[in-house]
Amino acid sequence: MNWWAFVLRLLVIAALIPAAAYVLGYTFLKVLAHMQYRLGPMEAGRFHGVGQLLADGLKFLQKEDLVPDKADRPVFLFAPAVVLVGVVLVFMTIPFGPPPLNIVNLDSQLFVMLAASSLGTIGVLMAGWSSANKYSMMGGFRAAGQLLAYELPLILAAVGVVMQAGTLNLDGIVEAQSQFHLFGTAIPIPYVIPQIIGFVVFVIASQAELSQAPFDMPFAESELVAGFTTEYSGFRYLFFFLAEFASNFAFAAIGATLFLGGYWVPLVPEKALWIVGPIALAVKIGVLVFIFFWMRSTYPRLREDQLQRFAWKWLIPIALVNIGLTGVLKVVA
Amino acid sequence: MAAAEPKTVEKTTTRGGPKKPSQIKGLFEGLWVTLRALTSRSQVVQYPHVKEEPHQRARGVIGLLEENCTVCMLCARECPDWCIYIEGHKERREPRREGGKPRTVQVLDRFDIDFALCMYCGICVEVCPFDALHWSPEYEYSELEIRDLIHDKDRLGYWDTTKPPAPRLGYYKAAK
Repeated sequence: MNWWAFVLRLLVIAALIPAAAYVLGYTFLKVLAHMQYRLGPMEAGRFHGVGQLLADGLKFLQKEDLVPDKADRPVFLFAPAVVLVGVVLVFMTIPFGPPPLNIVNLDSQLFVMLAASSLGTIGVLMAGWSSANKYSMMGGFRAAGQLLAYELPLILAAVGVVMQAGTLNLDGIVEAQSQFHLFGTAIPIPYVIPQIIGFVVFVIASQAELSQAPFDMPFAESELVAGFTTEYSGFRYLFFFLAEFASNFAFAAIGATLFLGGYWVPLVPEKALWIVGPIALAVKIGVLVFIFFWMRSTYPRLREDQLQRFAWKWLIPIALVNIGLTGVLKVVA
Repeated sequence: MAAAEPKTVEKTTTRGGPKKPSQIKGLFEGLWVTLRALTSRSQVVQYPHVKEEPHQRARGVIGLLEENCTVCMLCARECPDWCIYIEGHKERREPRREGGKPRTVQVLDRFDIDFALCMYCGICVEVCPFDALHWSPEYEYSELEIRDLIHDKDRLGYWDTTKPPAPRLGYYKAAK
């Protein structure tokens, strides 16, 4: 690959992250508002408050970048960057279209993707520990415990897909879905049907990975002020904000690629996928993100012990059973 | 009196998530509720752009019908936060018929309601024996200075003109 082509793709990613975070953030405000019989932002930006997040972002930029006296200064300053870098790495592994449209093409791409998606945990723990604030630290610990616990069902749910596709390469997984016929159906169907258990586990686990309600204990505004982000202000807080919605996009992209067929659309010729593919992926991501926000605005927060119990006693065994079933069916079929 | 029966607490366990099928059904019912909220039309009125129409008997502001007031001070005395200021004096008037005694009437000099203090309980409206005070649904009287929230009797007199028409006599009896 030419170096300039690589740089170009990096620039596209660098532009895509704030753009995705903006669109998702605005969608979140609106969906949450309407699910509570409200209208959400209506003034900024003339049309239905589309400029609201721009105004919010500018507001954050002009605020003072406070660092607490007792904070572990370098760690405190560096933590938001770690969180954002984790999201950037996930974005780089998303296949946006047929091969030239992805940034990297690795044999173990899914492995890299899931590994990158858990990098943010370190940043969160750094932020919580270095703030020298009890709320931050408890938030950081809760986040660490939660992210570790739900990493497992997330990966185990992905393992089912990997077994069925027979590859860790994301293009390979998309291609396998474009050739999968369940009981000889005319149209190839995505893995959401055969891997329905895995899909449900994946959606729940990514909701927890994203620290969204009902799994928002790390923030828990009624108990922990704002969790590990309590001491952050200005553009560092903006980093966390950006990372939150960008990782929403990233997890939805992982889910869309693994279970909904990624950039592939049935009945569309191979050549047209160049244009249709990224749009289809965006639509699929939109559907998943809507499910995330829907759950977020519906369910109340779980308790810490309920959260851990749910992960270890329900999700992980279910994901393991799913792997076993997939293995059996793979051999039988 | 019989001895108190030992309380039987129904054992409800929430450990490890929902146990009964009805609880799992509840999870989906919750999603249905929020989806319905999302798809239904919002009742929010975009206030500064669109004026909200309050119910005509809404408790927006209190109006004073000055000619009914006899300066009896009942409203000022009953007001829980003492936000009504009344001053008046007695005047002699001609007797009603020839040879009668000259009358004394109470003349209202000042009737102020401090809406910065008023909590809209409506006790003054209730206690007024001569129906001099009424509720009006008007609500746009915010001020930049808190002292401007003291409405004098002219302003209260204007509010009285915005009150809804009185129901015909016997309306509430018939409704019962």
